[in-house]
Amino acid sequence: MLALMVNNRRYELDIEPETPLLWALRDEIGLTGTKFGCGIAQCGACTVHVDGVATRSCQLPVAEAAGKKITTIEGLAGDTLHAVQQAWIAEDVPQCGYCQSGQVMAAAALLAANPKPTDADIDAEITNICRCGTYPRIRAAIHRAAAMASR
Amino acid sequence: MTKHLRDVPTSGIENLSRRYVLKGVAAAGGLVLAVRLLGISRTSADDASKFGAAGMPHGTVNDPRAFVSIAADGTVTIVCHRSEMGQGVRTGMPLILADELEADWSRVKVAQAPGDEVRFGNQDTDGSRSTRHFMKPMRQCGAAARMMLEAAAAKRWGVDVAEVEAKNHQVVHKTSGRALGYGDLAVEAGAMPVPASDKLRLKDPAQFRYIGKGGIDIIDGFDITTGRAKYGQDVRLPGQKYAVIARPPVLGGKVVSFDASQTMKVAGVAKVVQIAEPKIPSAFLPSGGVAVVADNTWAAIEGRKALKIEWDHGPHGAYESKSYRGALETTARQPGNVLRSEGDLDAGLAGAAKKIEAEYYIPHLAHATMEPPSATVRIRDGKVEAWTSVQSPQAAHDLLAKTLGVAPENVTVNVMLLGGGFGRKSKPDFAVEAGLVSKALDGAPVKVVWTREDDIHNGFYHTVSVERLEGGLDKDGKPVAWRHNSVAPTIMSIFAPDPKHEVPFEAGMGLVDMPFDVKNLRIENGAAEAHTKIGWFRSVSNVSHAFAIQSFAGELAAAAGQDQKEFILDLIGPARIVDAKNTTKDFWDYGENPDVYPIDTGRLRKVVELVTEKAGWGRKLPPGHGLGLAVHRSFVTYVAAVVEAAVDDKGNVTVPRVDIAIDCGPTVNPDRVRSQMEGAAIMGLSLAMKSEISFKDGKVLQSNFDDYEVLRINEAPGETHVHIAPHGYDVLPGGVGEPGVPPIAPALLNAIFVATGKRIRTLPLGDQLLKA
Ligand code: FES
Ligand code: FES
Repeated sequence: MLALMVNNRRYELDIEPETPLLWALRDEIGLTGTKFGCGIAQCGACTVHVDGVATRSCQLPVAEAAGKKITTIEGLAGDTLHAVQQAWIAEDVPQCGYCQSGQVMAAAALLAANPKPTDADIDAEITNICRCGTYPRIRAAIHRAAAMASR
Repeated sequence: MTKHLRDVPTSGIENLSRRYVLKGVAAAGGLVLAVRLLGISRTSADDASKFGAAGMPHGTVNDPRAFVSIAADGTVTIVCHRSEMGQGVRTGMPLILADELEADWSRVKVAQAPGDEVRFGNQDTDGSRSTRHFMKPMRQCGAAARMMLEAAAAKRWGVDVAEVEAKNHQVVHKTSGRALGYGDLAVEAGAMPVPASDKLRLKDPAQFRYIGKGGIDIIDGFDITTGRAKYGQDVRLPGQKYAVIARPPVLGGKVVSFDASQTMKVAGVAKVVQIAEPKIPSAFLPSGGVAVVADNTWAAIEGRKALKIEWDHGPHGAYESKSYRGALETTARQPGNVLRSEGDLDAGLAGAAKKIEAEYYIPHLAHATMEPPSATVRIRDGKVEAWTSVQSPQAAHDLLAKTLGVAPENVTVNVMLLGGGFGRKSKPDFAVEAGLVSKALDGAPVKVVWTREDDIHNGFYHTVSVERLEGGLDKDGKPVAWRHNSVAPTIMSIFAPDPKHEVPFEAGMGLVDMPFDVKNLRIENGAAEAHTKIGWFRSVSNVSHAFAIQSFAGELAAAAGQDQKEFILDLIGPARIVDAKNTTKDFWDYGENPDVYPIDTGRLRKVVELVTEKAGWGRKLPPGHGLGLAVHRSFVTYVAAVVEAAVDDKGNVTVPRVDIAIDCGPTVNPDRVRSQMEGAAIMGLSLAMKSEISFKDGKVLQSNFDDYEVLRINEAPGETHVHIAPHGYDVLPGGVGEPGVPPIAPALLNAIFVATGKRIRTLPLGDQLLKA
C-alpha cells in the first residue's frame, strides 16, 4: 500500500511503486483531467504540481510522489476558479482542449514564480505542446491572468 | 416502432454516470419536443442529389424531433451530431439552431449524438463540411421548433397563430402582450405537427441574434479548463481493463510466432490476445498484432515491452524514403497522365523568353493528435457499446457490427470529445480493436490505449510527393506556359488494389482546379505505388499542391523581377468564374455543385488584396527579414497568407508575424474561424519547418515528439492576425477547419527567399539554412 495526497485528499493505492504518477492518477484514482500525451516528458499534457512545482507526472514514479502534496487540474480552483482558469475562459483558449489541463497547470506554476512574465519568459518556461496551435491565446491568457492577479 | 429521443444515450461527454441527459431533463417533469422518430424529411433537391450534403451517406435530417428537447424549466437541449475536435462544432451547430429557435443561448445545453446517421444525417466530421452542409437543416430544425411553440401558444390562448411571435425564449401575444415561456409550452408544442419544409418561416438574416455575431464562448470551455471534459482516453467503466497492442511495424506484416511468458510475469498483466491480421488493402480495419490486457495502462505497457514477437514483414519490408524519393523524381520527369490541358504547352515553353523548372518534395506526415487514439468497448447480453473519439461514429458502428458479427441495432457508439482529429480519427480502427479485445475477454469492458509511439508508428500518413513544375515567361515577364506533374501515392490504396494515381478527390485539391490564367498549360499525374497506409491529413492533397504551386509562383515572380503580390494578381487574372467543369477531368469541387460553388477568382483576388493591405505589404523590414505571400482555394473557401520570416546570421528562422485572410462566405461563430486560422498557421509552420515521417526497412523511423517535432510556443509566430472577409448571405458558407493550412508553408518559403535569396524546395526546412 502506498499513500498519496492529491488535492488535499488521501488515497491508498495497491500499485507497483515504479508506476508513473500519471497512471496512478488516471487509472487508479480516476482523476482523468491529467492527460497522457507522450509518456516521455516531451509534451507536458500530464503536468501536475508536486509541492507547488510543475511536474510531468508521466516521469515521476508514484513511490517518489508519496508524502508530497500533489495538485491536479481538478484541485487547482479554490472557492473560485484560479486566475489562470478565468483568463483561459475569457480568452477562449482551448480548441480540442486536450493539452489544456497541462497548459493551465504549467501557467499557474509560472505565475506563482514570476507574477509578471514577459513573452520571452513565457516562451522559455511554457514548453507544453499544443497540436491545435493555441499558442497565441496561451500567451494572451497568461498576460491576462497576470493582470488579474495584480489588481 | 416508436422510440423516445430522451432515451438516447448521449455521448458520455457528460459524466458517464449521467449519460442519459435527455432522460434527466424529461424526468425533471418537462416533456420533449422529440416525440417520435417518424417522417424524417430530407433536404436533398432531386436534380442536384449527387452534390453537397445530399451526396453524402444519409444526407441531412431537418426534423426538430431528432435535435431539440425542451424541459419544463425552459432548458433547451440541442443535440450536436458532429464530432468536436477543436473546431467548435459543439458550439456552432447548436448556435444555428438556437438562433432560429429564438432561444436564449444561456439556457441552452448541448448533448452529443451517438453514431446514428439514419436519425441525424451524415456524421462524418471531415472535409470541412459541418457548417457547409448543416447550416440549412439546423436552421430548419430551429424554425420548425419555434413554429411548433408558436402554434401551441396560439392554441392555448385560442388566438390565430399570426397574432403570436416567439422571441427570446418566450412566445408573446402581440396585441395583448401576454407571454408564455418555452418551458410552459414544451409539452403542448411536442404534440404539434412538425411543419413541412416548404412551410417553414426562416428568419431574415438581419434578425440573427447569434449567427455571425461573435462574443460566443465555446460550450466546453469551463469543463476543459477545470479538467472535467471527457475524451476517449478518459473513459472509465466499472471493472474496466486496459490494453495496449503490439502491431505489425510494416504494412501487411504478420505475427509468425510470439512468446508471452515474460509478459505474463509482469505485475498487473491479465491476458494476452492475438488479433488477426486483415487482408491488404484493409481500409479501416486494425492491423492485427498482439494485445496485452492489464489492470492499468502502465502494466499493459510494461507487459508489452516483455513480449517476444517474430514478425513476417511482408511485401513492403523494403520501403525506404530516400530511394522512394528518387523514384518519384524519376517519374515526375517523364510524362504523366494528362488531367488537364489548355493551349499548346510545348509551343508555349519553346517560345518562352525565360524557362524555369523546379521540383518540390514533401514527406509523409503524422497527424499526432494530442490525444492518441483510444476506445473502450463493453459487450453485454449480445449488445456492444463503445465509447470513443471518432470523427466517423457511423463507420465505427458499422465496422464493429461487422467484425463482431452482431446486428447493427445491437451496437451503440458513444462519441466522446476528440483530443484533436485532423483526419486521423476518421479511421475507426482503434474502436474495432477494442471490440475484438473485449470479445476475447467475454465482453468485459476494455480500453485500448494507443501510446504516442503507436500513433507515430501505425498511422494513416499524409501522402509523400514530388511535384515538378515548369514555367515559361515572355519577354515582359508574363507567364505563357505552365506544366505541373504531381506524383504521390493515393489514399485509394487503402481501399482497393493500388490504382497508383491520384483520384479525383485528390487531384481536385488544388491540382487540376489550379485557377491561374495561363494560356498554355498541362497538368499531369505520374504513377506512384503506396508502401504504407495513406490517409487524410488536415487539408489533404492541398498541402502538397499548394506548397508547390504557390512556391513556384514565387519563383516565377522572382524570375520576372516582379513583386509577388502584383505577379500573383496577374497570374490569377481578372475576376471571373473559372470554367473548371469543362476544362478539367472529373472536376471534384469538394463534392459540391460547381454551379453553386464555382471557382471565383474575384474572391481569390479579394483575399490577396485584404491580406496584403492588413499585413502592410511592402513595409520596410529589418535586415534578414522577408515577407512571403500565398493564396489557395480549398474546401470551397479562399485563404491568403502573408508570413514574415526572420533569418539570423546562423541561419535560424523565426516567424515574427503571420496575417491570414479568409473568405469562407458567411460565418456562424467568427471567433472559432479565427481560432481555426491561428491553429492552421501553427500546423502549417510545423509541417513547413519541422515534421517528417520517413521509412526504413518498411518501418517508421520516428517515434515520439522528440523526433517527430511540432511547433512549440517559443517557435510560434510573434503575432497572428486573422482577417475575415465580410459577407452577407449572397454566397453559401464554405469550409473552415482545413483551408487555413495550405498557404502557410509556401508563404513561409517565399518569405525566406526574400530574406535570404535561398529557395527551399524540400520540406521540412529543418537545418537546411543553418551555417556550420
Ligand atoms: S505525457 Fe508526460 S510530458 Fe507528455
Ligand atoms: S487545444 Fe488541442 S492540443 Fe491544445
